[in-house]
Amino acid sequence: MASGIKDKVAIVGMGCSRFGERWDCNAEDLMLEAYWECLEDAGIETPEIEAAWLGLCYDEHSMSKSAISLPQALRLANVPVTRVENLCATGSEALRGAVYAVAAGACDIALAMGVEKLKDTGFGGLPGRSMGTFDDLWLPGVTAPGSFAQICTAYSEKHGISIDELKQAMAHVSWKSHENGARNPKAHLRNRVTKEQILKAPMIAYPLGMFDCCGVSDGAACAIVTTPERAREMGREHNLVSVKSMQLALSNGAEMFYDSWDGTSALTAGIASKKAYQEAGISDPAAELDLVEVHDCFSITELITMEDLGLSERGSAPKDIMEGRYDSDGAIPCNIDGGLKCFGHPLGATGLRMVYEIYQQIHGRAGDRQLADVRQGLTHNLGGFPNRNVCSIAIVGRYDLH
Amino acid sequence: MKETGITGFGAYIPRRRLSRSAIAEAHSWAIPGLKARGKGERSFCGHDEDVITMAVAAVRSGQSGGGAGPVASLLLASTTLPFADRQNATLVGEALGLSEDLHTADICGSMRAGTSALIQALNNASDQSSLVVAAEQRYSKPGSVQELTTGDGAAALRVGSENILARFIGCHTVSRDLVDHYRSAGSNVDYSLEERWIRDEGYLKIIPDALTRLFEKTGVAAADINHLVIPVVAARTAQAVAKKCGIDVAAIADNLQGRCGDAGAAQGLLMLINTLESAQAGEKILLLGFGQGCDALLFEATEGIAGGSAFRGVQAELEKGTVETNYMRFLSYSGAIAMDWGIRAERDTRTALSAFYRNRETFTAFVGGRCTVCETVQFPKTGICVNPDCNTPGTQVAESFRDKLGTIKSFTEDWLAHSVSPPFMYGAVAFEGKGSLIMEFADFDPGQLQVGDSVSMTFRIKDKDKLRDFRRYFWKAVPVIGKGR
Repeated sequence: MASGIKDKVAIVGMGCSRFGERWDCNAEDLMLEAYWECLEDAGIETPEIEAAWLGLCYDEHSMSKSAISLPQALRLANVPVTRVENLCATGSEALRGAVYAVAAGACDIALAMGVEKLKDTGFGGLPGRSMGTFDDLWLPGVTAPGSFAQICTAYSEKHGISIDELKQAMAHVSWKSHENGARNPKAHLRNRVTKEQILKAPMIAYPLGMFDCCGVSDGAACAIVTTPERAREMGREHNLVSVKSMQLALSNGAEMFYDSWDGTSALTAGIASKKAYQEAGISDPAAELDLVEVHDCFSITELITMEDLGLSERGSAPKDIMEGRYDSDGAIPCNIDGGLKCFGHPLGATGLRMVYEIYQQIHGRAGDRQLADVRQGLTHNLGGFPNRNVCSIAIVGRYDLH
Repeated sequence: MKETGITGFGAYIPRRRLSRSAIAEAHSWAIPGLKARGKGERSFCGHDEDVITMAVAAVRSGQSGGGAGPVASLLLASTTLPFADRQNATLVGEALGLSEDLHTADICGSMRAGTSALIQALNNASDQSSLVVAAEQRYSKPGSVQELTTGDGAAALRVGSENILARFIGCHTVSRDLVDHYRSAGSNVDYSLEERWIRDEGYLKIIPDALTRLFEKTGVAAADINHLVIPVVAARTAQAVAKKCGIDVAAIADNLQGRCGDAGAAQGLLMLINTLESAQAGEKILLLGFGQGCDALLFEATEGIAGGSAFRGVQAELEKGTVETNYMRFLSYSGAIAMDWGIRAERDTRTALSAFYRNRETFTAFVGGRCTVCETVQFPKTGICVNPDCNTPGTQVAESFRDKLGTIKSFTEDWLAHSVSPPFMYGAVAFEGKGSLIMEFADFDPGQLQVGDSVSMTFRIKDKDKLRDFRRYFWKAVPVIGKGR
């Protein structure tokens, strides 16, 4: 097996725009908002950036297909810039590009930028997209909530837990996100809600109600990465943050077209997280991860992700959630920044936003939501649908943690 | 000359039946007189049904009785075909998985289209087996009498010279341009004339003329007729015709007004099938088609008629219906009103017809693959077997999914997705043999789907492309008839 990327790349700067309905901004403005923070944090100047990756998912609704928007908005030197798109894992993919380039020795300083400007579509929720000339001929024009909702019916059936009981645990997930989001000044949604409000909300896709679903947001997040050696030259000694692992797993059709998958988990998340733990040298994730930032596009997604990441036993996530294991004061705080549900979900920025939160927590800069003694954390993106998806896992932590 | 006749049948009537009192009630502010007609129900197409989907369903319903075997011709009769230029019968034939060595034709232009197609098929029946399908999706103006009396449905007859259920004795046609109603090209509703005039100058003159000549030709007497299949809405008109022609009024067949309505060009054939379901050997059946003249066809039930019970016919289709009382749903489905479905509905659903053409066996005939190494069944067929423990390349042979039963693995009722019949219901369906796919459900109401329930496959409209006035079709999962709740 390859030696992996553990501790080969350091993150020396990060920035994140305020997420939300940014009627005041173009995508380029959002990128700049994140970039100024990042650049100041890194303490470098634009000409020092040697390569960049731009993560943008729905180009048809904001900027163009190519990568040109990024160097044009930031006035980068004429360096290599690549646009990446991998559904909801797009932001993480931009980071993976930059990290791999530095790890490979192709450049010393690279920028990863993720952005999405979705609120110009004219309606709530994600825009519809062609699935391609072949699949458009037969696949139902499903929505994300409708696809993830099916986990609920399958999970309920498999684990003998009623939909009503499952909805209680899902309501706890959303309640927690709102509690956490309320303490995050950059979050899209900062209101607290009661579990009763959550359970009584209008149905979006049975059995997912409105509060089981994250909205879509405008926002940008970015990171500047370099080698640990270069980071030290830049004066970074204290609390240097390094990348412990980046893994990606994609569906190959087994879940969608073969009857062996039971629909109660994301197959790819199990595979990518195992590889990530191995790459990061983690043997007991529940003990070694101080926080996790997971893809709670829907409350049920966060629920099964706790099992897919090996943090809860199969079938026991509802119980663990209800007992507060993943609350801000629980054993493994999950989505302490509000998650997709409340921080928001600008697709291209989301993966980088998750890393941003762990980075801030390690540096002790998380304000009202600061956790004690954060050493390392995990981010998880699930793009696509439960039966056909892209799962990205990143683990970042203190460089001096071995 | 070799004996010919009807050798099989099948029928389809859409599930939803609109209560006529709901229609009359909706119009009571303006036309209180409609209340007198507010009895019984009329069938109407679902948002994803049309003449093509009903035609396919009627033939497939008839296959339940077996007796398939090749057919040399497929005639599709209708005045409401979805395509004016793209042969509808060809698409029906491909959806049924019939050989492409097939004579196909659309027969249209009159309420007589169904009987005229049947005459054509019978004229060739000593040489070849044929399928005659008549289907109609009737449009009418809100508040019109036709809105109450019409219905949607499809009838399929198999015609040939072996295993005859009803022997063809003879036929006669009178062509006479009486314009009792008409619909011009480009319009989708009829302009109808006074019922009394149509009765007196039409039914009571044209039909007797046709029957006089038919009886002369065949040597059969009016008094010998056991079943008079006369597609007319007013029972009194049927009785007047019978009396004038010397046919026992007790021989008049049920005109299906109770739970279906008048299905236009399909009506006579639907009534004929309903008659065949209870006819006794030796009984004579007179089938009429009326419109710019009259088609009159005479049959005699054979000893083989008892075998007709193997076919699924009109009775079963009448019984399966559910009563709909929401008149607005009916108006929306038929396109009489344009609902605001929001910006999400603006999504482009263009069909790449070159991609459709090369994959049409996959999508029209619903043919997937079976791995010759591990026997895994999958949809669609791909270059490498989907079974993760196999993944062998180049092993896929054609495997039809049309007649498979599936099991619901997961489902949702999606109120966010665009559908002209919300909620959009879809989920994972597992097939015997390890195949699994995401399918749209049809004919379920919210709250009816359950994991583990059985589903069967039906051909439906998948998307309508408003920008290019095109519609594309695919298969959906429906409750297994007899197993639904």
